[in-house]
Amino acid sequence: MSKLNEDNLRLARQIISMYPQKKSALIPLLHLAQEQDGWVSNEAMKDIASLLDVTPAEVLGTCSFYEMFKRHPVGEYQINICHGISCHLLGADGVLEHAEDSLGVKQGEITKDGKFSFEGVECIAACTEGPCLQINYRYVNKVNSSDFDDLVARLRSGEKPDIPLHGTLAKVRQRIPSEKSAGPALVESSSRPIWLQRNEDEG
Amino acid sequence: MSNPSITTSRWEITDGHTLEGYLATGGYQGLRRALEMTPSEVHEEVKKASLLGRGGAGFPAGIKWGFLPQEVWPRYLVVNGDESEPGTYKDRLLIERDPHQLIEGCVITCYALGLSQCFLYVRGEMAHGQERVAAALNEAYAEGYVGKNILGTELSVDVILHWGAGAYIVGEETALIESLEGNRGMPRLKPPYFPASIGLYGKPTIVNNVETLSNIPWIIENGGEAFAKIGAEQSTGTRIFAVSGHVNNPGVFEVEFGTTTFRDLIMGDEYAGGIRNGNALKAFIPGGASAPWFFEEHLDLPLEKSAVDNAGSMLGSGAIVVMDDTTDIVKACHNLVRFFSRESCGKCTPCREGTNWLEKILERIIAGHGRKEDLDLILDVCDNISPGITWPPKQTTICPLGPSAVSPIASSLERFRSEFDAYIEDNQVVTPVELMEERS
Repeated sequence: MSKLNEDNLRLARQIISMYPQKKSALIPLLHLAQEQDGWVSNEAMKDIASLLDVTPAEVLGTCSFYEMFKRHPVGEYQINICHGISCHLLGADGVLEHAEDSLGVKQGEITKDGKFSFEGVECIAACTEGPCLQINYRYVNKVNSSDFDDLVARLRSGEKPDIPLHGTLAKVRQRIPSEKSAGPALVESSSRPIWLQRNEDEG
Repeated sequence: MSNPSITTSRWEITDGHTLEGYLATGGYQGLRRALEMTPSEVHEEVKKASLLGRGGAGFPAGIKWGFLPQEVWPRYLVVNGDESEPGTYKDRLLIERDPHQLIEGCVITCYALGLSQCFLYVRGEMAHGQERVAAALNEAYAEGYVGKNILGTELSVDVILHWGAGAYIVGEETALIESLEGNRGMPRLKPPYFPASIGLYGKPTIVNNVETLSNIPWIIENGGEAFAKIGAEQSTGTRIFAVSGHVNNPGVFEVEFGTTTFRDLIMGDEYAGGIRNGNALKAFIPGGASAPWFFEEHLDLPLEKSAVDNAGSMLGSGAIVVMDDTTDIVKACHNLVRFFSRESCGKCTPCREGTNWLEKILERIIAGHGRKEDLDLILDVCDNISPGITWPPKQTTICPLGPSAVSPIASSLERFRSEFDAYIEDNQVVTPVELMEERS
């Protein structure tokens, strides 16, 4: 568990190059570290600090603010059960209680086989589909207790391969071909965008 | 009745999210039209449209744009796609189902205002939305709708997909900027009240919501006046409402402002279809968790900003949460307060401490250990966060998150105090130590 590997270092440099200031890449790079290891290790944070010319403490400061970054291992499948108001009204508390009984662990703990962890989370914007949950940030709508058990059983048996292991968010990345890039708008570049010239030409 | 479809026109089209599907349905015509106009003319059209911001505060977008200081460069556009207000569910669909419309809105806005780079901030938990935007951007770059020399003109703007990592407060525009700079997402001290003067990297920055920008292509293609003719005088165009909770047909509906009432939307067959199981309505939240609640007597209000403001609440984020007469109001209130408590960033003491104590007191009441003086204590804490407990709320904090926790309490205590009393009556008062022991 570890530093960023070669491929991810290359990707990290690409991401950094899109921003006017390096530190803006901090959250995307923390996601990259989490994608590699499933959680964010101290070593990865040190790596990120040196890539961005900030201190490891600054990286930790940002990392610890955001719920999605896990600074300890979680299950391969992190199940986030929404307990926002809309899901609450439709029985989310019952699903949460059931998850605890069914998985045999409390919120934030990992099952013995390392496969699952779960927690109650705030509204995940699927309010008409409640009670809903996300498995590694992929939605499952209108879940009752038996649906929950079915899901867990299918994941245990290796089904549902469309859900990547914890840490992977978008499987599609933005790629800007260098010849198509306008380039980052550097803070020091104080020149007026040329297309605004049109205002004067017309006026 | 049929509603004009401005922002949701591609939601039912299977390939509406691809460039091919977008172009086949009139996509990027607004951008082409904009490039035939001067940047100031484009800005003028948006002013004529009187487009209100669709994030929650409802501030006119054209006027916000006008706050940019003269001749300070570079300027940035930051798109607020950090939708997290409980009950709110529209930006995610706009992002997933029509990403090109949003991208087109961004590019037009950059053209109009001379913004040199755009950051499209999508909420971290929306993995599918991030994939859709990334794929759309890759297509748009390849075909010259974004990037260097857009459509062969001198307009050159990169649109960068950025994503968050789970924090409601990042929806506050200065916190969003902090987050985009790689920091903890804490709101900045005001003034300046608008990042238009000092924003990202200390430079002029426009922050607009996803739904706001998704309206821009239509406005430019059809003209600001045509847009202003739709809807109500002070709330032009359409709005996307998500109706959730105890209704027969929860759903997301694009509705013309002013012509539809809450009753239409909640009870109408073409919308949410009435309260489940034939139950009675107990209360509904008209505009997201921060909004004061409405009741039966508010059902005939039109969906329009000034009418709802005057009635003492807000349309906010377009989230309508319906509670039927089986709802445990104390638990619903606790649920909303817990949200604000968990999401408080910790910067301002009244919010950090106040929301936390409110949550704990409500938890104690639900656990059967409430005290007779608890309800007054709750109101006292509320008063410390938001003096006078009025609407619109006064603030002792940098941002409105703290005062937002007061809304559900003020609403539920005023109307349903007897339900709180019922929890408190005849129960056993325990010491905090005993309570901790009971929990463990």
